[in-house]
Amino acid sequence: MILTKAQYEEIAQCLVSVPPTRQSLRKLKQRFPSQSQATLLSIFSQEYQKHIKRTHGKHHTSEAIESYYQRYLNGVVKNGAAPVLLDLANEVDYAPSLMARLILERFLQEHEETAPSKSVINSMLRDPSQIPDGVLANQVYQCIVNDCCYGPLVDCIKHAIGHEHEVLLRDLLLEKNLSFLDEDQLRAKGYDKTPDFILQVPVAVEGHIIHWIESKASFGDECSHHAYLHDQFWSYWNRFGPGLVIYWYGFIQELDCNRERGILLKACFPTNIVTLCHSIA
Amino acid sequence: MAAVLESLLREEVSVAAVVRWIARSTRGSEDNPGEAAALSSLRPLRKEFVPFLLNFLREQSSRVLPQGPPTPAKAPGASAALPGRPGGPSRGSRGARSQLFPPTEAPSTAAEAPLARRGGRRRGPGPARERGGRGLEEGVSGENLPGAGGRRLRGSGSPSRPSLTLSDPPNLSNLEEFPPVGSVPPGPTGTKPSRRINPTPVSEERSLSKPKTCFTSPPINCVPNSQPSALDTSPWGLGLPPGCRSLQEEREMLRKERSKQLQQSPTPTCPTPELGSPLPSRAGSLTDEPADPARVSSRQRLELVALVYSSCIAENLVPNLFLELFFVFQLLTARRMVTAKNSDPELSPGVLDSLESPLFQSIHDCVFFAVQVLECHFQVLSNLDKGTLKLLAENERLLCFSPALQGRLRAAYEGSVAKVSLAMPPSAQAVSFQPETDNRANFSSDRAFHTFKKQRDVFYEVLREWEDHHEEPGWDFEKGLGSRIRAMMGQLSAACSHSHFVRLFQKQLLQMCQSPGGAGGTVLGEAPDVLSMLGADKLGRLWRLQERLMAPQSSGGPCPPPTFPGCQGFFRDFILSASSFQFNQHLMDSLSLKIRELNGLALPQHEPSDEDGESDVDWQGERRQFAVVLLSLRLLAKFLGFVAFLPYRGPEPPPTGELQDSILALRSQVPPVLDVRTLLQRGLQARRAVLTVPWLVEFLSFADHVVPLLDYYRDIFILLLRLHRSLVLSQESEAKMCFLNKLLLLAVLGWLFQIPTVPEDLFFLEEGPSDAFEVDTVAPEHGLDAAPVVDQQLLYTCCPYIGELRKLLALWVSGSTGRSGGFMRKITPTTTTGLGAQPSGTSQGLQARLAHAFFHNQPPSLRRTVEFVAERIGSNCVKHIKATLVADLVRQAESLLQEQLVTQGEEGGDPAQLLEILCSQLCPHGAQALALGREFCQRKSPGAVRALLPEETPAAVLSSAENIAVGLATEKACAWLSANITALIRREVKAAVSRTLRAQGPEPAARGERRGCSRACEHHAPLPSHLISEIKDVLSLAVGPRDPDEGVSPEHLEQLLGQLGQTLRCRQFLCPPAEQHLAKCSVDLASLLVADQIPILGPPAQYRLERGQARRLLHMLLSLWKEDFQGPVPLQLLLSPRNVGLLADTRPREWDLLLFLLRELVEKGLMGRMEIEACLGSLHQAQWPGDFAEELATLSNLFLAEPHLPEPQLRTCELVQPNRGTVLAQS
Repeated sequence: MILTKAQYEEIAQCLVSVPPTRQSLRKLKQRFPSQSQATLLSIFSQEYQKHIKRTHGKHHTSEAIESYYQRYLNGVVKNGAAPVLLDLANEVDYAPSLMARLILERFLQEHEETAPSKSVINSMLRDPSQIPDGVLANQVYQCIVNDCCYGPLVDCIKHAIGHEHEVLLRDLLLEKNLSFLDEDQLRAKGYDKTPDFILQVPVAVEGHIIHWIESKASFGDECSHHAYLHDQFWSYWNRFGPGLVIYWYGFIQELDCNRERGILLKACFPTNIVTLCHSIA
Repeated sequence: MAAVLESLLREEVSVAAVVRWIARSTRGSEDNPGEAAALSSLRPLRKEFVPFLLNFLREQSSRVLPQGPPTPAKAPGASAALPGRPGGPSRGSRGARSQLFPPTEAPSTAAEAPLARRGGRRRGPGPARERGGRGLEEGVSGENLPGAGGRRLRGSGSPSRPSLTLSDPPNLSNLEEFPPVGSVPPGPTGTKPSRRINPTPVSEERSLSKPKTCFTSPPINCVPNSQPSALDTSPWGLGLPPGCRSLQEEREMLRKERSKQLQQSPTPTCPTPELGSPLPSRAGSLTDEPADPARVSSRQRLELVALVYSSCIAENLVPNLFLELFFVFQLLTARRMVTAKNSDPELSPGVLDSLESPLFQSIHDCVFFAVQVLECHFQVLSNLDKGTLKLLAENERLLCFSPALQGRLRAAYEGSVAKVSLAMPPSAQAVSFQPETDNRANFSSDRAFHTFKKQRDVFYEVLREWEDHHEEPGWDFEKGLGSRIRAMMGQLSAACSHSHFVRLFQKQLLQMCQSPGGAGGTVLGEAPDVLSMLGADKLGRLWRLQERLMAPQSSGGPCPPPTFPGCQGFFRDFILSASSFQFNQHLMDSLSLKIRELNGLALPQHEPSDEDGESDVDWQGERRQFAVVLLSLRLLAKFLGFVAFLPYRGPEPPPTGELQDSILALRSQVPPVLDVRTLLQRGLQARRAVLTVPWLVEFLSFADHVVPLLDYYRDIFILLLRLHRSLVLSQESEAKMCFLNKLLLLAVLGWLFQIPTVPEDLFFLEEGPSDAFEVDTVAPEHGLDAAPVVDQQLLYTCCPYIGELRKLLALWVSGSTGRSGGFMRKITPTTTTGLGAQPSGTSQGLQARLAHAFFHNQPPSLRRTVEFVAERIGSNCVKHIKATLVADLVRQAESLLQEQLVTQGEEGGDPAQLLEILCSQLCPHGAQALALGREFCQRKSPGAVRALLPEETPAAVLSSAENIAVGLATEKACAWLSANITALIRREVKAAVSRTLRAQGPEPAARGERRGCSRACEHHAPLPSHLISEIKDVLSLAVGPRDPDEGVSPEHLEQLLGQLGQTLRCRQFLCPPAEQHLAKCSVDLASLLVADQIPILGPPAQYRLERGQARRLLHMLLSLWKEDFQGPVPLQLLLSPRNVGLLADTRPREWDLLLFLLRELVEKGLMGRMEIEACLGSLHQAQWPGDFAEELATLSNLFLAEPHLPEPQLRTCELVQPNRGTVLAQS
C-alpha cells in the first residue's frame, strides 16, 4: 500500500487527538474503507506515538502526576469498578498504558519504602496480579487491554508482527533459492550492524543492486523512515552496499528517493528479481 | 649569452657544438678547435645559456601571443614563480587561468576555482589552502619575496656561488644592473636570465611593467585588472618576482592588494571568458592571419634557433618538455601579430647584430619556427594520444609548412591505438565490512568496538553529505562538516580505534580516488566487486555518457599546482577539518606501510623470450596491474606528502638567514616519515624508476620550502635531476627503458621542477651531465623500466596537463574554422583489474631457490598462478580447520560445559575457571590441526593449479607447479596454524562459554526442547499477532468500558480458541514472547469465563454465556494448555486474588466453573494439588468482603476434601458438580 504524501496526510489529519481505543480504530476503518486495516493501524499507531512524544513532558511534571494521582484516588473511592484511570487518560489526552504506569509508579512510591525499579514496574504491568492493590490492579489491567498503541500487549503484538514478516521473507527467499545469512548468523560472525538478511550473491531489483534486505512490518512514514535511515539503512549501506527495504504496510511514495544511492523501498517482496547468471562466471 | 646565440647565428659555431657545450661541462673531443675556442671564452656562462634561450624565445614571441588564444598558461604558483610576460607579465597566467572557470569566481580564486567549487570552502586566495590548510590565506605571498626572489637573484648574478644566503637584496628595478633580456651586455659578466630574473613588476600602473622575458610561462592574453591577485595567491611562496622598486614597497603593495581582494573575493572583479569552449565573441572579433611559408623572413636564422632549441629539448636541458611543446603549439596556433613589426621601441636598445631585428617578425615566422621544432620531435608527438594526433594531422598550417611532417603524423594517427579517457570514477562505494578485521575480536573493548561502529556511520554520513553538497555554491566543508568530524575524532580514544579508522579511511580513499578514468574503481588487494562486474556493461556506458556531458575542462594549464581533484578533495578537507595529530600520525604510518608494500610488489618483469601469442594477452594484464599499482602509489604518496609536510607549511614566507639555518639544523635531525631516498636509490638500482619516481614526485610536490635545502632531500633532487638528464628520448635504449616510460618520467619530473617550492637553481646549477648518471648495473638485466608498462592512458592519467596540448589545438580548430570540433574524446572501455600476486616471502633454503629457478624460465603467469593458488588454498585451509576441527572442539566444550553445569548446579561456578578447565582439556587437540592442514593443502592445491594453467603445460612442469603450490600452501597454512591455533580455540571456546552461560540466564523455560510444525503443516494457521490482537479485543470488551451493543458471540469465542490451537500447532511464525503472551491471555480469558464476565451478543436475555458453552470453552483451553502450548502457561494466575476477585462482583456468585477448572487442572496434570492448595491458602490472606471470604473457604474445603488421586470413577462426580457448585453458590 504505497501512499502519496497527500494521501498519507489526509489520513494523518483524521488522527489528531483521537484516543487509542478500539472504537477509534473502528471509526478510522469506516472512514477509509479502501485502505488495508494493518496500514491504517500502523499509521494510527505512529501518529499517536508522535503525538505522545510531543506531549510526554507535560504529563511528567510532578504537579501533573500529583494531580492525576489525586484524581485517581478520588475516583476509585467513589467507585472502584468504574474505569477511573482509563477515563482520566482519555480526558487528559494521554495513553492509557502510560497513565497506568505513571499512577502505578506514584502508588508504589507511596506504599513501598524504596523507589520501585523499572523492571518491577514492567513486570507488574505485564501481570497486574502482582500489584498489591486489587483495585489498582484492575484499573491498570483495564488501561492496558484498552490501549491499542502502548503497553506490554501492544508491544508483544508489534514484536510478533515483525517476527512473522521476517519469517515470511525468509520463506520467500528460500523459495526463490536465494542464499542468505540471517541476523543471527551475522551476529555470530561478529558483524556490528546486521540487516535481517544479507544475500550471499547479490541480485538486482528494478535495475538496482541488492546486497541486503530489511523487513519492516510497519508503514514507512517520514519520521520513522528517517530514523531507520540514520540508525540502520545507511549503516547497512556503509558496510554491505546497496540494499532493499520492505515496508510490508506500505510507505510514502516520496520517500523512495534513495534508489540511486543504494536504498530501494518496496511494499512487498519484489517479483522481478534478476540473479547473477552463472554462465558469466 | 646572447653572444653564444650570436656566434651561432653568424655560423661561427655549429649547433651540435653548442649543444655539446651546454650539455657537458667538459669539452667534447668532437668539437673542432675553432668552435671550442669561440665557446670556451664563454664558458662561465654555459649554464646560463638554456634559461637565456628560453627567455629569449618567450620574449621574441611576446607580440604574437598576447592576443592569441586564451590558452591556459600555467599554474599560478608556477607562473608567479616564472614571471615576466611582456605586456601583462605573469599576471596573464592568472587571467588565463581564471578563464578556465566560470566568471562567478573572483579572479583571485580563479586558479583555485575547481577546488573551490569542489571543496566549496575556499573563499580567499585558494592555493594557500591547497598546501597549508585552513587559515593560511592570511599573509601568504608578499613576505616570501626575499626568500624566493632575492635568493635567486643572487644566484642569477653569480650562479656558482652558494645561493642559500641572502644579504642586501639587489635593486631589481635597476635596469642597468638587471636589464631585461635582449639588452644583455656582452661579455662574461652578463646577467643570467633565470626564471625569476625578469619578474613581474608589481606596480599600480600597468605601463611600468615592461615586457620582460618569461622563462616558462608561455605568453598569454592578459586581463590587466586581474593581475595583482596573482601574486598573493601563490601558496608556494614564490609568487614574488623581484624586479621593480624595492622589496619593501612591493610588499606593501601586495598587502594592499590582498586586503582589497579579500573584500572583493566573493564577487568577480574580472569576468573572464571560459576556456575550453569555443569563444564566439573572441573568434568573431579576431581574424586569424593566414600563415604562408613563402612569407617567412630570415628562414635560416629561424632554422638555426629552432635547431638549438630542439636540441636543448632533446637533451633534456629544459626543465619541462611538455611546457616547451605547449609553447611551440602556441606558436603554431598563434592567431596574429599584435603590433606592427619594428614599432616596438622596447626592443631596439642594446640589441646586437643578428639579434637586432625580432626573431619572429610575423605569424609566418612563428609557424615556421614551430613546425621546425615539431619536426625534430616527431617521436614524442607520435606518442601522444590519438585525439591530439588527429588535431595535429588536421592542422592546415602544419600541412602547409611541412607536408612531410603532416604525412608522418597522419600515418601515426592512423596507426595509433592510444585512445585516452579521463572520466572520473563513479560515486562512492563503501568499504565492505570484513569480519576478519572488523569484528569485536579486533577491538580492545566493547566500547571501542561500538564507538568504531558509530564512527563508520558518521564517516559515511559525512561523505554522503559532501557528495550532495560540495558542488553547491556557498557550501563550506568546514562549516558544514567540521564540527561533526572533530566530534567523531574526539571519540577515538583507544589507539587501536585510530588504526581501525585509518584503515577505513585509506581503503575508502583508494576505492574512490585511485584512478580518474581508471578501471572501475577496483582497489588493489580487494577482489573486484561483484557489483561492478554485474553491471559493468551498463555502468561503463553510463560513465562514458557522463564523461561526454562533463568534459573535464582543464587540469589548470600545462603546469598546474598539486591539487586534489574530485573525491580527493573530500579526504584532504577531512584531514584538515579533523586536525587530529593522532589521526595524522596513524594515517602516515598506514600510508607509509602501504606505499612500501606496493612499491615492493613483485611486478612481473619483461621477458623478451616470451612466446609471442601468450605474451600479448599477458601484457594486457601486466599493464593494467602496473597502472593500478602506480596510481594507488601516487595517491597514497600524495596524501602522505600532504600530511607529512602539513605542519611545516604555513602562510609565512620561507625563512631566511639565521632563522633558516636554525630551522635547517633542526629539520635535518628529523627522520623522514618514509625513507624515500633509500627507496629511490633502490628503485633506480633495480631499474624500477618507472614505478618509484612517479609516486615520489607526488610526495615531493607537497614539500615545504625548507625540504629541498635539507641534505637528505637535496640528494633526492640531485638523483632526480640526473635521472631527468639521462632520459634522452632519442637514445634508442629500449633495453634500458621504454619510450613511454621515459616520457612519463619526463612529464612528472618536469612538472615537479615547476613546483615553486622546488628551487629552480637546482635545475640549472646542478652539474648533471647526462653521462654522469650511470646506474649501477648490478641490477637485473631487465628491470621494470624496460617493460612496456606505460601506455598513453596511464601517461595522461598521471599527467592530465599533457592534455592541454590537445586543448590548444582544439581551440585553434574551433576558433579558425568555425567547425564545432571541440575535443575528440575517445573512450577506452573500462575493465576490472586482477589481484596482484604477492611475493610469497618464503625464499629460503635450497628448495626455495630451486623453485625460484623453476619459475625463472617459465612464463610469469605460471608463477602468479602458483602463488595465487598457494595463497588461496593456504587461507582456505585455515578457514576449513576453523569450520571443522575448531567447531567440533567448541561443540565438545558446550557439552562439557552442560555437564559441568548440571553437576555443579545452578551457579555453575566461576566462568573464568570454567574456561580454564575447558581449554586445558581441549587445546591439546589443536595439534591435529597441522596434520589436517597438510592433508587439506595436499588434496586441494593440485586441482586448482591444473585448472588454472593452460592445458598444454608439459606434464613435468605441471607436476612441479602443483608440488610447489602444495608446499607453499602448506607452509603458509601451517605457519599460521602453529602460531595461532591455541589462541583460536581459546577464543572460540570462550565465546561459546559466554554464549551458553548467557542462555542459561534469564529464560530457562525457553530452552526446553521445542517441537516444530508437523511435516504436513502448510503454515496456513492464523498469525500469532492476529490472535493476540483478537484476544486482546475480547479482553478489553470484557473489562470494559463498552458500548451497550458491543459483545462477542459464543461462536466467535469458540472459533478464536480453535484458531489459537492451529496457531500453536504451527510453529512457523511463533516466537517465544508471542507464545508467552498468548498463554497469559488465555489464562485471563479463562478467568473471565469462570467469572462469567464476557459480554455475549445475542438476545438480550441471554447476555451471559450458557454454563455448558462456558465449560466447552474451558475444555478447549485446558486442552490447549495441555497439548499445544510449548512454553510455560501461568496457570497459577487463575487463582490470583485479582482473577478470583472477578467472581466477587458477580451476583449470584457461581463457583462451579472454578471448581470444575481446578479439578480438570489436576486431572490433566497441569497443576499439582499441592500447588493449588498453596494458591488457595494464599488467597485467604487477601482482603475480601466477608461473605466472599466465607464462600472461598468453602470452596477450598470442598476441593481439599476430594481424594488425592484422580481415579476414573471420579469422573462421575463431574455430573453432580453443578449441583454442588450451585449449593455452594447459594450457601
